[in-house]
Amino acid sequence: MNKKILSAPYLLWSVVFIIIPLLMVFYYGLTDKSGAFTLENILAIATVEHSKALWLAIKLSIESTIICLILAYPLSMILSKLNVNQHSFIVFIFILPMWMNFLLRTLAWQTLLEKTGVINSILKTLGLPGINIINTSGAIILGMVYNFLPFMVLPIYNSLSKIDKNVINAARDLGANGFQTFLKIMLPLSTPGIISGITMVFVPALTTFVISTLLGGSKILLIGNVIEQEFTQTGNWHLGSGLSIVLMIFIIVNMLITAITDKDGEGTML
Amino acid sequence: MKKLVDLQNISKSFDGELIIDDLNLYIRENEFLTLLGPSGCGKTTTLRILGGFETPDTGKVIFEGTDITKLPPNKRPLNTVFQKYALFTHMTIAENIAFGLKIKNKSKSYINDKIKYALKLVNLDGYENRMPDSLSGGQQQRIAIARAIVNEPKLLLLDEPLGALDLKLRQDMQYELIRLKNELGITFIYVTHDQEEALTMSDTIVVMNKGYIQQIGTPEKIYNEPENAFVADFIGDSNILPGIMIEDKLVEILGAKFACVDEGFGNNTPVDVVIRPEDVELVAEGQGTIQGVVSHVIFKGVHYEMEVMANGFEWLVQSTKCFHVGTKVGIQVDPFNIQIMNKPASEDEEAIGVDE
Repeated sequence: MNKKILSAPYLLWSVVFIIIPLLMVFYYGLTDKSGAFTLENILAIATVEHSKALWLAIKLSIESTIICLILAYPLSMILSKLNVNQHSFIVFIFILPMWMNFLLRTLAWQTLLEKTGVINSILKTLGLPGINIINTSGAIILGMVYNFLPFMVLPIYNSLSKIDKNVINAARDLGANGFQTFLKIMLPLSTPGIISGITMVFVPALTTFVISTLLGGSKILLIGNVIEQEFTQTGNWHLGSGLSIVLMIFIIVNMLITAITDKDGEGTML
Repeated sequence: MKKLVDLQNISKSFDGELIIDDLNLYIRENEFLTLLGPSGCGKTTTLRILGGFETPDTGKVIFEGTDITKLPPNKRPLNTVFQKYALFTHMTIAENIAFGLKIKNKSKSYINDKIKYALKLVNLDGYENRMPDSLSGGQQQRIAIARAIVNEPKLLLLDEPLGALDLKLRQDMQYELIRLKNELGITFIYVTHDQEEALTMSDTIVVMNKGYIQQIGTPEKIYNEPENAFVADFIGDSNILPGIMIEDKLVEILGAKFACVDEGFGNNTPVDVVIRPEDVELVAEGQGTIQGVVSHVIFKGVHYEMEVMANGFEWLVQSTKCFHVGTKVGIQVDPFNIQIMNKPASEDEEAIGVDE
């Protein structure tokens, strides 16, 4: 009985802040302005403008996820090989930027990358041609990679450091060279971490509108921006909710795949 | 018998701490050799140097006449059975066993035959498609052994392979290992801190402490004729007493003169004396060489373990006859059961009391 009483605040919290908002999203998404049931808001994803935004969001998120994976895996391998004192220091350094506000970090990149920003000023002083990266897909990918890289590193590092050193030694002992050991032992044993990392980067990258707004300018619209605009500018909550449901289903499918492969729960580390 | 491996002048230190100091050791073909010692004595490091997982700072590892000191583990003609099994948890038992053979590009039928043969050898037929996690500790250890021996190594290194098993299983596995060794004709190098395990299985025991070899010999020799106090203390229970060798075959212990069989220590030389607890005979008061009082009695099953206070020393005694606490008794020891040892020559040998 006692335990039930203790859990009451959390139950209340989840009802008020999770379940009710979710139901509201579904209500708005599945009704029109008069309150009648309709699938129109959901099917609206098929329009050229929306599907283009969704497609671009998927494309950029996949690209940043791949870049994160390529950067994170070798880094995690190095981290997992260090001794305890060294690695906790480097993990600390890695997590440090995450203590700063996400918006601030992204704004900082905007300041750095602007046409008259810090990087271009330095290049100009050195007599080099300036770079024109702000308001491009490249800038958005850069922002995504910068912000989400730790979410890729930590689960991979976590799963790599769980591998018993003697398992690696055993593979070497049985005749496998370094590359074979990596391919047949380390990679499969760290797959749960990789899958968690992919989910933890891909999902926030797919739904972001802050990074694309700040670094992509107003020209590049991702699905996140479209939904945001439906709520804040157009004021069409029905359409915004409908598109959110589509995105949610997309993510749930992604999570299900993760749940099947990630039984050890490496992804729950954060 | 031919020398299979020769370790020459091996030294190794970690972070400035000397783990192995100028170690020389050879292993004969078909031998079951055990490296025995407390943790931190350098036994595992020695094994890792043999396996190729550590490079010695100085010295050479010679395998059948070839210097393999710099060879990576995957190029060495030997295999290792690791502590806590180190099975590949993402592979089935069959895939685990086949790992080394697949790397060597053996044919499918050859591999399948080998898997069958190895599983039969370790009494786990039919386990091909099980996953390692679904097996008990003892079964996993057998698979680890099977995975190593299918590669037909000339030398099998075993790093405390039974350490994680319970007592009964450990004893069964000891017999199993002896049987395997005899059936396969492979040379075994076994690392353990368990003296009973070492005595049961080995042809040769190498007792190590603080990076030095303390004694090399057969189990009987190590047990009956320990060369120094460390070996005597580490192998089995013992009474280690300070003594003076008065002359050949006569030693003074705690002020009383005991007849013994050792010679050649000189006259009036300080020595260490080892008397095994089962060799101390308790007799009626007034008889025997020295007199004492029983201070503790514990029933151990096979025998009683007693402590007898005599001439200022607490004697450990094992006997099937029980003497109650407070009983006055005489102590006598058969001359053959008194083992005389030189006092430690260097501080490194003086390791008594530092072991676990």
